[in-house]
Amino acid sequence: MGNWVINNGFTSFMLVVWMGINIFLFVWFYFFYDLGDQFFYTRHLLGSALAWARAPAAVLNFNCMLILLPVCRNLLSLIRGSFCCSRTMRKQLDKNLSFHKLVAYMIALMTAVHMIAHLLNVEWYNNSRQGVYDKLSTALSNLSDTENTTYLNPIRITNLIPTYFVFTTIAGLTGVIITLALILIITSSMEVIRRSYFEVFWYTHHLFIIFFAGLVFHGAGRIVRSQTKTDPPHNFTFCKDRIDDWGKIPECPIPQFAGGFPQTWMWVIGPMVLYICERILRFIRYLQTVRYRKIVMRPSKVLELQLVKSGFKMEVGQYVFLNCPAISQLEWHPFTMTSAPEEDFFSVHIRSAGDWTNKLIDIIMGVDGPFGTASEDVFDYEVSMLVGAGIGVTPFASILKSIWYKFKDSNPKLRTRKVDHVKVRFDEDTDVVTGLKQKTHYGRPAWDKEFEQVRKENPTSVVGTFLCGPEALGKVLEKKCAKYSDVDPRKTKFYFNKENF
Amino acid sequence: MGQIEWAMWANEQALAAGLILLTGGVVGVAGQFRGWQFAAYAVAAGVFVCLLEYPRSKRAKGTSVARSGQYCFTVCVKAFGPLTRNYYVRAFLHAAICVPGGFMLATVLGCVCLGIASLIYLAAAIRGEHWEPILPQKDTRKPVAQSIKNPPQNPPPRPPAEHRRKPAKDLESAAYDNPMSVTDE
Repeated sequence: MGNWVINNGFTSFMLVVWMGINIFLFVWFYFFYDLGDQFFYTRHLLGSALAWARAPAAVLNFNCMLILLPVCRNLLSLIRGSFCCSRTMRKQLDKNLSFHKLVAYMIALMTAVHMIAHLLNVEWYNNSRQGVYDKLSTALSNLSDTENTTYLNPIRITNLIPTYFVFTTIAGLTGVIITLALILIITSSMEVIRRSYFEVFWYTHHLFIIFFAGLVFHGAGRIVRSQTKTDPPHNFTFCKDRIDDWGKIPECPIPQFAGGFPQTWMWVIGPMVLYICERILRFIRYLQTVRYRKIVMRPSKVLELQLVKSGFKMEVGQYVFLNCPAISQLEWHPFTMTSAPEEDFFSVHIRSAGDWTNKLIDIIMGVDGPFGTASEDVFDYEVSMLVGAGIGVTPFASILKSIWYKFKDSNPKLRTRKVDHVKVRFDEDTDVVTGLKQKTHYGRPAWDKEFEQVRKENPTSVVGTFLCGPEALGKVLEKKCAKYSDVDPRKTKFYFNKENF
Repeated sequence: MGQIEWAMWANEQALAAGLILLTGGVVGVAGQFRGWQFAAYAVAAGVFVCLLEYPRSKRAKGTSVARSGQYCFTVCVKAFGPLTRNYYVRAFLHAAICVPGGFMLATVLGCVCLGIASLIYLAAAIRGEHWEPILPQKDTRKPVAQSIKNPPQNPPPRPPAEHRRKPAKDLESAAYDNPMSVTDE
């Protein structure tokens, strides 16, 4: 129990606070519209559906404000990196996407309630306008926008089709469009779609731009009307039964109405600005040049990219987003960095797992250029074991020469103390791989003997094994490296590096 | 976007559209709206679409995640054979079903959503996708090879015990020595 409190206590607290605010907003605005005197006449036409529409609207304002914040990655990194918050609070930042989804569910739920309530409102406004209800309703609905009257019922014609009304008002049109955008965003964000077809999720999610644009203008039509003060005042308790006397007796001037001031923009403008800044920052970073330092193809179709970018600072365990315009201008994919902050480059290891990664690997493999190979690392090992088969001796020729130069110039960077077991084969009556007169199959104990010997001679070293040769031999050597390496850092370790053709 | 199976998204969209159509229909009928007959139709159409779309198709590539309890629906949908297997049929069916929903405000959103689902199904059909039922795998074990049936009766031949045990102290003689030369001298 104590463990749960330590790990999840603060998260639960944040969720309780969030839910508490939602409930408070709902209840407050429900009673504001259900009990407020200025809405008496509006309620006469709509009943409690007015309050049922306005309360979720307030909750929607709050949640639409919140939803953009957990996806401002740079802002979150800034908060995490600053010392303002304790570790417990910073842990909440790791759960940003879960919170984003929770807020999205609340938006979906409130949208449903809001929409159903407004469906009822439109229907009852329409009925009132057509005189289906009582005398007061008809009288209220008849009020129109002239020089000394203002309307209450936004439906001004008597033979309206509700669908037509929705598509000819700002609120109706924006409402339908943004609800449609929301539905498309939600269906493409389902786990099945997100995990397997990320592009569909990502591109469709950008409909949020339409969502926010429509949301800000949704209230511009001001069709939720309330009674305004007149001089002399119109007391609805007294005047509601004296409809015929409106405007004729001093106690009951014709009631005046005005629409509510749209407030949604006040809630969402802050996060919208923050998010725009976030996207601008990402775009600026995109424009900065990134140089390749080294590109290495690792086994099991894993690509290692070592990249250099000026002004790039990282911490351990961080991730970056990569974009390859040659594959797609718009796609950015996240990868955890595998290099340490102490290094003057950063590296990622990319496994082939989908469209984008496969294309990336193909493009890299297809480019001829001064891209590094594993063999360049030969100088970084105390002991290097080079295995070249057939034509594979060529890189090792270059390496041997380079070792020699470095040794001659007493290059301090040369860690290599010994270069051993170089196998160079040109004869045809010898086995291509082992160079023995005896033809052998791959996997014979010959390699075991070699590795055993190297281990005996270098009991504490890190040995780099380099192969330039056929795939099958690579597999064998890789297994041997694993077999003869010791987890204990004081003992011998074999690292396998390969180029193959 | 080469690997995308559009049908998976069309399925999610159609299921959502069915629910929205159903909800709009219920509101229209319960509120006794003008044109409530369209709402009543929407209730029936929504239920039908939900039943049709609930069982997820088996994916052509990759693992398929079935919705909980979808087996009975899978069996029902499978029973219609090519009518439910073919996505062209589904695309046109959804397009036809959604039309009456457009005549009433409460169901217009369901109509548009179902129309969009119909378009995505059309894209899926053009790409050659089709609906495959997810059925529980029958466990077919490979028939056991003949030689396994009869385990060996006798232990393998070995030299007597005293020759087998290597002295623990004497590592040199215990080391394996390759009878053939493996160096290049």
